[in-house]
Amino acid sequence: MLYREAGQFKKSYEADAAIFPIAQDRWVVMVFVAILFLGVPLVASEYIYQAILVPVLIYSIAALGLNILTGYCGQLSLGTGGFMAVGAVSCYKLTTAFPEMNLIVVLLLSGVITAGVGVIFGFPSLRIKGFYLAVATLAAQFFLNWLFNKVAWFQNYTPSGTLTMPPREVFGVLVTGAEALPRDRYLFCLALAVVLGLAACNMVRGPVGRGWMAIRDMDIAAELIGFRPFNTKLLAFSVSSFYIGIAGALAFGVWLGSVETAEAFDINQSFQVLFMIIIGGLGSILGSFIGAAFIVLTPIVLTNLMVYGLGLEAVTAKHFEFIFFGSLIILFLILEPNGMARLWQIGKEKLRLWPFPH
Amino acid sequence: MEVLHAVFAAPFLDMADDPVFFLEVVIGGLMSGVMYSLVALGFVLIFKASGIFNFSQGVLALFAALTLVGLMTGTMPFSLQKVLPEFPPILAIALTILVMIGIAFLIERIVLRPLVNQSDMITFMSTIGIAFVLEGIGDTMWGSDVKVLDIGIPSGNWVIGEMYIQIFDLWATAIAGILVIVLAVFFQKTRTGRALRAVADDHQAALSVGIPLKTIWVVVWSVAGLVALVGGIMWGSKSGVQFSLSLIALRALPVLIIGGLTSIPGAIIGGVIIGVGEKVSEVYWGPLVNGAIENWFAYILALIVLLFRPQGLFGEKIIERV
Repeated sequence: MLYREAGQFKKSYEADAAIFPIAQDRWVVMVFVAILFLGVPLVASEYIYQAILVPVLIYSIAALGLNILTGYCGQLSLGTGGFMAVGAVSCYKLTTAFPEMNLIVVLLLSGVITAGVGVIFGFPSLRIKGFYLAVATLAAQFFLNWLFNKVAWFQNYTPSGTLTMPPREVFGVLVTGAEALPRDRYLFCLALAVVLGLAACNMVRGPVGRGWMAIRDMDIAAELIGFRPFNTKLLAFSVSSFYIGIAGALAFGVWLGSVETAEAFDINQSFQVLFMIIIGGLGSILGSFIGAAFIVLTPIVLTNLMVYGLGLEAVTAKHFEFIFFGSLIILFLILEPNGMARLWQIGKEKLRLWPFPH
Repeated sequence: MEVLHAVFAAPFLDMADDPVFFLEVVIGGLMSGVMYSLVALGFVLIFKASGIFNFSQGVLALFAALTLVGLMTGTMPFSLQKVLPEFPPILAIALTILVMIGIAFLIERIVLRPLVNQSDMITFMSTIGIAFVLEGIGDTMWGSDVKVLDIGIPSGNWVIGEMYIQIFDLWATAIAGILVIVLAVFFQKTRTGRALRAVADDHQAALSVGIPLKTIWVVVWSVAGLVALVGGIMWGSKSGVQFSLSLIALRALPVLIIGGLTSIPGAIIGGVIIGVGEKVSEVYWGPLVNGAIENWFAYILALIVLLFRPQGLFGEKIIERV
């Protein structure tokens, strides 16, 4: 009843090419974003900010990046953790070397540096495909982590090897360091996630995204119809790494505050982000956000249920969490291999026809 | 100039100065290479037969080793109390093999059958799911503390002239050699082996001549489970049975890539190349960059090999058509 597009005529090309051509979609998204910006800060507690909201937003950005590379361009990558580490280290070096620099500029530069590193490790993709490429990207993961751990310059010669983010302001509001309010950190991440999400949305539905998808679906055919694999693949690697680098910088600067790169951005991070895009939906912007929320929330919910609900010991609960998590992934892959974004789409189609079945 | 000397000259001079030590390093590398191959073999078997990139191979090895230790120490599953009789090694190994076959059966029935015809990425992710589940079950059943595994493989050193060789490593090599020969005979000479090769070549053609795909998958996962058990025993006896055992899968991946995903001899040769390369570079070039290059050396080596041969050294040539 409510979800009908009847009577919504498009009178210009701009209206036809809008991201949300249906008015109801537009409204839902706007209201949702407005709630995130205005409603959530009224009710959320510090725990909710630090344990749920901020990580979900940061991982969403990382998942967006990986989804561009893996979901849209079809290049399987397991180096996400390594690229996040590049972002974190660049952010650290830039803020400590140029204390006057605006944090937003620092983040963008960290993204650009990570994009450069991503392109270097993307070169093999021109020759290597599929699982061979996945293992090749693992090289990035291990090599980068080793580099940041061993070369003291990256840690500014601190004896402990821990990177600590100095306090920085954005437009007069403190967002990093121990003094920053969780609300401000959240709003900062949210603003970035919205901007980056919009940018990704527009990229993948334009000529750039069509090139990526052509390469994904069949690279030789794409080459024959005139997409240059060299440009297209490396562009995907650089854009993807840019997003992942910003996510890494945010995870270090805004969320955690101080990290040991080898531990915070290990191989498990790579897998987590991969889980996010597979469960959320490969080749879907919405899926990146849903997947990030799902993967961050599930362990928290499971642990709370088992430790406080059933009274299990923390260690046993951790083991059960592994079992549940694994089963959940398998179950999802069997029931809906296209991810949660696909469920959302099916729901919308049903709603359009409701109350009729067809 | 000094840098060039340190990188390109000094290590070789060191090698020439002390050839006995160099030989020791090489032999040590050979042995650890064989251990990598043991894990890589399991990957290759499953990839050849079903096109599934089985990430859970390392966890399978961990699970097998955990079960074996549990049986040998008479631990009651899930309660962690030692109330059962202690099985002798041979019996415990036989029982563990049964358990691994059971797991293969369950994996085929619950996970793989519903995922037939899904893309490679989906099946790959599902094996990561399997890895999580098995790890959780293994830890709940047998506890997550470090365990000692001793099935009576002799240890100690064997001295030839000035050289020391660990007897355990020799045993590992011998067992790996036997395993490879048995697998080769199984694949080349038996009915099931022929069926496996047929499935690997072409699923549909195999199905149409009447080869039961389901049985074949159970068989191949059982064989992979067996290889995992052997790998688990060797690694477990060497460094204790613990969570980090499942991480050897990550060490085996570059071996796989260098050898080629579809070649059994490739897995062995790749393992040896990486084992020797890793040890030699760690000893002679490692100090230049503060050491610990073992973690990524194999991957960079694999990357370089891939740049020249995208299908690995022994993999089937990839032919692409539109």
